[in-house]
Amino acid sequence: MKAIFRREFVSYFTTPIGYIFLGFFFALAGIDYSVTSIAGGSAGSSGSGTAELTQFFLWLLIILVILIPILTMRTLSEDKRQKTDQVLLTSPVSLSGIVVGKFLAAFCVYMMGVAITLVFSVVVSAFTKPDWVTIFGNILGLLLLGAACISIGIFASSLTENQVISAVISLASIGLMSLLSVISGFIPIKIVQTILNKLCFLERYIGYTYGQFDLSNAVYFISVAVLFMFFTVRVLEKRRWA
Amino acid sequence: MIEVKNLSKHFGDKKAVDDISFTAEDGEILGFLGPNGAGKSTTMNILTGYISSTDGVALIDGVDILENPIKAKQKIGYLPEQPPLYMDMTVKEYLSFVYDLKKCKLPRNTHLKDICQLVKIDNVYNRVIKNLSKGYKQRVGLAQALVGNPNVLILDEPTVGLDPNQIIEIRTLIKRLGKNHTVILSSHILSEVQAVCDKIVVINQGKIVADDTEENLSKNLVNNNKISVKIDGPCDEAEKVISSIAGIKSVDITSKETDEFCEFSIESEEGVDIRRELFKRISERNWYILELKTSNMSLEEIFLKLTVGENIPAVKSYGGVK
Repeated sequence: MKAIFRREFVSYFTTPIGYIFLGFFFALAGIDYSVTSIAGGSAGSSGSGTAELTQFFLWLLIILVILIPILTMRTLSEDKRQKTDQVLLTSPVSLSGIVVGKFLAAFCVYMMGVAITLVFSVVVSAFTKPDWVTIFGNILGLLLLGAACISIGIFASSLTENQVISAVISLASIGLMSLLSVISGFIPIKIVQTILNKLCFLERYIGYTYGQFDLSNAVYFISVAVLFMFFTVRVLEKRRWA
Repeated sequence: MIEVKNLSKHFGDKKAVDDISFTAEDGEILGFLGPNGAGKSTTMNILTGYISSTDGVALIDGVDILENPIKAKQKIGYLPEQPPLYMDMTVKEYLSFVYDLKKCKLPRNTHLKDICQLVKIDNVYNRVIKNLSKGYKQRVGLAQALVGNPNVLILDEPTVGLDPNQIIEIRTLIKRLGKNHTVILSSHILSEVQAVCDKIVVINQGKIVADDTEENLSKNLVNNNKISVKIDGPCDEAEKVISSIAGIKSVDITSKETDEFCEFSIESEEGVDIRRELFKRISERNWYILELKTSNMSLEEIFLKLTVGENIPAVKSYGGVK
């Protein structure tokens, strides 16, 4: 697992993927920050030109939906296409070790991206006293959300040999999971609405942007991450038996 | 040591490997021979735990690859058909990664250096793999299989893409490794198997059609009582003369250039050598023997006979392609 983690992490930066992900993440987060917090007045209703970062963190969700598929698209599909999965699957490493190693590598690159929000928070702190508890709550929320999204992305990449298909599947799935609450508005059945809202990433994440820490939301995101890693292991396992 | 018992692998309705059994002892090089699509790679993928078998068991040093995959895989070095290389890494990084992956305990730098010297890639040690030629990539793949000094080496067409000099080097290396490892190597190049292997398993359409040493294979299949002879003399009469020799089973004219010159294929009864008698009778009539040979089957012919069966003449007659 450690060997796979190290190789994957380094490969994010020997291939352009890591730079593209971080570059776009920093750029989009920067635009997001400028619009919502610095020029704030027009965009944010709650936090116009203040140290209020709620809007900023909300918009980050949309940025992540777009960028995480880029981060995870080649994780397992490239291995299958280049047949490098043969060296992984015939070495004395368990399937879960392979999947977790790859997950952690993607997650670390993601954390490097998320770290930029700290910089923004420090900038805010130059003008006013920011609510550090809220900010760290937000970052924790981002990390949990990211873990779930990366896990879904890795699952998508285990389904195909093609990076583009893998990216599209994960973009669609993460997008869908994030917007379930919007869909639920169109379904006039109470119980379905409740279920969809409970499953929705946006609904679960939004609490963190207000600085609320809800354990059930944390458990939800961790469960999604673990579940999809488990599915990925099953896909790899099934491929051997096919 | 590798034991394979009643191994089968089905892909849907297709039986890629159909109830095969064989054993490779310690210090033995087993050649796995068969035409393309015979099931060689599938068998090797099963032995290394890359895919699972539908039925049967594969034991690596007594450890079942399905029951205890991690322990069994520790004993195996595998070079697949297409070497599993990460193109964006240097040879050094890649081998070091494999070293970690296999949880190798030997001293890292000296071990990797030794392997590189063994397969002669030390001069490209710091180069990125995607820039290497096919032969070098193949050798990096072989180096990868050797990391951790595993007991069992499974090599799927190890000399593909190498130039003749490198082929000889790698064969010598495999022979040397075969002295203290169990080696299974697949190939469709017959001379390779002949040159390297102690034991040959011929596989066709998922089934084992022969499993023996090379000499035994030749012995069993070659009919020593068959000779072919070219005679300058009237064919019809010559045929009668030959037929009248005691101990002859059958005489066939295999090619006839003119009425005065043709080639016979003669089969005699076991243990009877008719060559002297044949010579005497032909020369008595002032005809000439231009060529006389016992039909010795090469491994190539054995292979064709086993895998194509009775259709050899048909194969030969198509546009002269053999």
